[in-house]
Amino acid sequence: MAAITLDRTTTEPAETKPWRRALGRLVKRRGAMVGLFVVLFFIAVAILAPLISPYDPVATNWGLVRKPPSAAHWFGTDEIGRDVLARVSWGARASLLAGVVSVCISLACGVPIGLVSGYVGGFLDGLLMRITDAMLACPFLILAIALAAFLGPNLTNAMIAIGISAMPAFIRLTRAQVLNAKVEDYVEAARAVGNPHLRIVLRHILPNIVAPIMVQATLAIAAAIIAEASLSFLGLGQQPPAPSWGSMLNTAKNFLSQAPWMAVWPGLAIFCVVLAFNLLGDGLRDALDPRHRA
Amino acid sequence: MRGYRTLILAGAIAAWTGAAAAETTLHIGLAEDPDILDPTLARTFVGRIVFAGFCDKLFDIAPDLKLVPQLATEYKWSPDNKALTLTLRQGVKFQDGTPFNAEAAKFSLDRHLTMKGSNRKNEISAVAKVEVVDDHTIKLDLSEPFAPLIAQLTDRAGMMVSPKAAKELGDKFGTHPVCAGPYKFAERVAQDHITLERFADYWDKANVHLDKVEYRIIPDSTVRLANLRSGQLDLIERVAATDVAGIKQDKSLKLASIVSLAYQGITINVNNGPLSKNPLGQDARVRKALELSIDRDAINQVVFNGEFLPGNQWVSPENPYYAKSVPIPKRDIAKAKELLKEAGQPNPSFTLMLPVGPENEQVSQVIQSMAKEAGFDIKLQATEFARSLDLSEQGQMQAFDIGWSGRTDPDGNIYALISCKGTLNDGHYCNETVDKELNLARTTSDPAERLKHYTAVAEQLAKDDPIIYLYHRKWIYAFSPKVTGFVPVPDGLIRVKGVSFK
Amino acid sequence: MLAYLLRRLALIVPTLFFVSVIIFGLQQLLPGDPALAMAGEERDPQVIAFIRHKYHLDQPLPVRYGLWVAGVLHGDLGESIRINRPVLDLILEKLPVTAELAGLAMCFALLIGIPAGVLSAVKNGTVWDYGANVFALWGLSTPNFWLGFLMILLFSVQLGLLPASGFVSPFEDLRQNLGAMIMPAFVLGNAIAAVMMRHTRSAMLQVMSTDYIRTARAKGLVERIVVLKHGLRNALVPVVTLGALEFGQLLSGAVLTEQVFTIPGFGKLIVDAVFNRDYAVVQGVVLFTATAYIVLNLLADIAYFLVNPRLRA
Repeated sequence: MAAITLDRTTTEPAETKPWRRALGRLVKRRGAMVGLFVVLFFIAVAILAPLISPYDPVATNWGLVRKPPSAAHWFGTDEIGRDVLARVSWGARASLLAGVVSVCISLACGVPIGLVSGYVGGFLDGLLMRITDAMLACPFLILAIALAAFLGPNLTNAMIAIGISAMPAFIRLTRAQVLNAKVEDYVEAARAVGNPHLRIVLRHILPNIVAPIMVQATLAIAAAIIAEASLSFLGLGQQPPAPSWGSMLNTAKNFLSQAPWMAVWPGLAIFCVVLAFNLLGDGLRDALDPRHRA
Repeated sequence: MRGYRTLILAGAIAAWTGAAAAETTLHIGLAEDPDILDPTLARTFVGRIVFAGFCDKLFDIAPDLKLVPQLATEYKWSPDNKALTLTLRQGVKFQDGTPFNAEAAKFSLDRHLTMKGSNRKNEISAVAKVEVVDDHTIKLDLSEPFAPLIAQLTDRAGMMVSPKAAKELGDKFGTHPVCAGPYKFAERVAQDHITLERFADYWDKANVHLDKVEYRIIPDSTVRLANLRSGQLDLIERVAATDVAGIKQDKSLKLASIVSLAYQGITINVNNGPLSKNPLGQDARVRKALELSIDRDAINQVVFNGEFLPGNQWVSPENPYYAKSVPIPKRDIAKAKELLKEAGQPNPSFTLMLPVGPENEQVSQVIQSMAKEAGFDIKLQATEFARSLDLSEQGQMQAFDIGWSGRTDPDGNIYALISCKGTLNDGHYCNETVDKELNLARTTSDPAERLKHYTAVAEQLAKDDPIIYLYHRKWIYAFSPKVTGFVPVPDGLIRVKGVSFK
Repeated sequence: MLAYLLRRLALIVPTLFFVSVIIFGLQQLLPGDPALAMAGEERDPQVIAFIRHKYHLDQPLPVRYGLWVAGVLHGDLGESIRINRPVLDLILEKLPVTAELAGLAMCFALLIGIPAGVLSAVKNGTVWDYGANVFALWGLSTPNFWLGFLMILLFSVQLGLLPASGFVSPFEDLRQNLGAMIMPAFVLGNAIAAVMMRHTRSAMLQVMSTDYIRTARAKGLVERIVVLKHGLRNALVPVVTLGALEFGQLLSGAVLTEQVFTIPGFGKLIVDAVFNRDYAVVQGVVLFTATAYIVLNLLADIAYFLVNPRLRA
């Protein structure tokens, strides 16, 4: 088996590129397509928020405090008379950003550490694994809360806190994949030819372990969005007056009985986005690893 | 664990004794978990609510803020205001049977004054010596006249603890406090509940009607209310102002409220480090413009459904020490803009720090959008409470939306917060007139005289605006109709003595 | 086997060391002076100095770490600055509460997750499979604090059926206890149920395709017996061991669930402690949960090792 790279072409139809085959399988999975559609929808909402949202998300209106959904305010208004629909659409920015950026942080730190740990092995591996174990042993959310409190409450810091807390999972996964790949013939071959280590890792191992990491990353985005909402809910995320779904829920909990709509919409938005990422991640996993689905 | 064991035991005993007479337990929903239950070391407001159930004080206050006798029956100032003689109530016992007398009172006051880590020391630091005159009379010698002393004795500094228990438990006294209140401490499970039981030998036992009082800690106001509705609680404190309208319509609930001694305001950094060097910190006209851009009534209406009381001084407009010559200014955007123009700062910008929490966030966002109309550009910086206090003290803030839980004596709401050397004066405001008048108000116990001094202070502060006072919260309680005899008092404490079930 | 066990045990020590370093470091780096946070709104400088001295906050970081570790090795986790009680006492007081919540949540998770997983595997590809997968996705995608709100809104505020909070000890009144715990346990168990369903499903699919199931079927056994007796029994082992690994997830979830339903357990203890800068409590609770997590992991590994002879090689 040779290293899989995107530029490699083959003329034989029987041996189509694995990536294309995976894509074909992905497209056939209805759940994944629904997920992809919903994700794209929310991305569009986030980007187009200034254009599509009917009101300014921070514009207050003293005369319209906690009004139930109506023709003018489809999702109702909040505790200081802001339009909930506008805030939910702007809030998509914070949530999606938090999901993507924190997973990027996890990837950027976790994958290299996992690569080094798995490839180098020995004492360094042992040391890195013990630290990873230690991080995994502290419950994820507690680690994130402590980190976010340490860095100070705002969206950027919440993303860093989530990214760091979610990192050990990526270290573990990458390392396990590297250990598997290391003993494959093509790596042995590359080594025998005298390739430098860095080249072996980046050109021969990394491309072969991208698929499971991608799957994990998609699912991690879903978890990160919930984590951001949780931190904002505890007051450690997005700060007022900028909207985020978690902080909207944090405020809404004080008005559960008088203004339940304040709690319903942001929660529903979180649910939909997270569900979509989960669907997409599941679909990706099934498509990339046919063995998984018996 | 221990709680579980006691409960098993209690259950076993109850089963053994058979059908005991129905116990009456008052379930009170508290908004926070108290800290250590030692009157000398205690720090939190919510702790005081629980103390009110089991720890009597030398004096108490009535709803109209008048002093009423409790463990002391009379007091007398010496002509030079430097000695206070207290007559103690006779026939009083602590909950462990130890008699309450002049020695015990001296012990408690000395403990407040000398114990390591005492939070009371500052409150009564004017007391140089406590003398036992006879078995039921003590005399407090002061180093200088200090009129607020008597008010301090209506709070934790006036709480009397059993010398025997305090000596035995030392700094662990708070784990099993013994006082002379109507109910005695029985059990505490941190973050969950505190249980008190009727004290059979209480000096005023005719007014103790219940077998037990249980304080349950439920931080969320919606949940507290839901539990009151479902009958799990009989009385809840700090009802959200926005819930009041709903409760009024509910025939199965009763409501009581009273304006508190607390204030909420914006403390401005006028001279504490480099962050004070901005138009808001340096120019009183800019601060006045900010004040004029704020509509206090609208804040009250929008955030608190009109339940709180707008204010512009450290005491509420209903307080006898409110300076009537300095009324609440009406919102005046034109005037605000004019002042900003005069100051050469048509669009001043500053960062307003606020402790994380929905209420502060709402108020700050309302202020942000109000001030915008006058040209202000306010950035909000919500900060965790612990961190915000730290930053504030270090001068790492330009303006801070912060409250003060309030003291009975007006001095307690202003002296430490605004006098030049005040320990809580984070904005480092300093004005000679203010200091002089505040000190004079401490030397006299004549209310009319003191009001004159406080009026002078209020007039000066209205010119300088180092703190823009916004509103005074109300203590709002909701309770089941079967609860009778509950009377709210401005200090916000729940006096369970006299409360009974219909 | 013994060598493997010993090696695993030996690895616990450095892991716990790093746990202690991480949690201690993080704690001490938290901005905001705990003494100031504790001193209350009066912020009396003398009181602050006293608290700093009493809890060694005036010492350099390595010294504080040394003092703390020395205490821990002697079974002393320190004292809560806020209520002056030993941390160990607090942990023992909260442990039964969170254990009950976690236990009930696990019951929900198993009661829902395993049957759903079996159903989905046995009826692979049918509408049942589809339904079970939708359920799993729902469980994984619902923020549990939001689900908590919705349940409070429906069952407490609207219908008035269940209390919104108010933990009652099961020894005091079991009915009230369960009444108060049913919603939080469901909210917490919901997400775990989804994970359990997925584990069960894949384990069952694997088991059902093995030879002995084919043999059992060939013998003419009723399908129900084949599925339950031969299939599920063999699939349960990996499911239960994997379930043990959900412990961390359970604790993370408990943090928010306890916050929403005001349950006085570990989660509330630690969140309040983080916000109050009650260092010793945060350190003690995290150390305790981390140790529990590592031990559970070890047990799960050993169990897996025992039932999976192939791994012994």
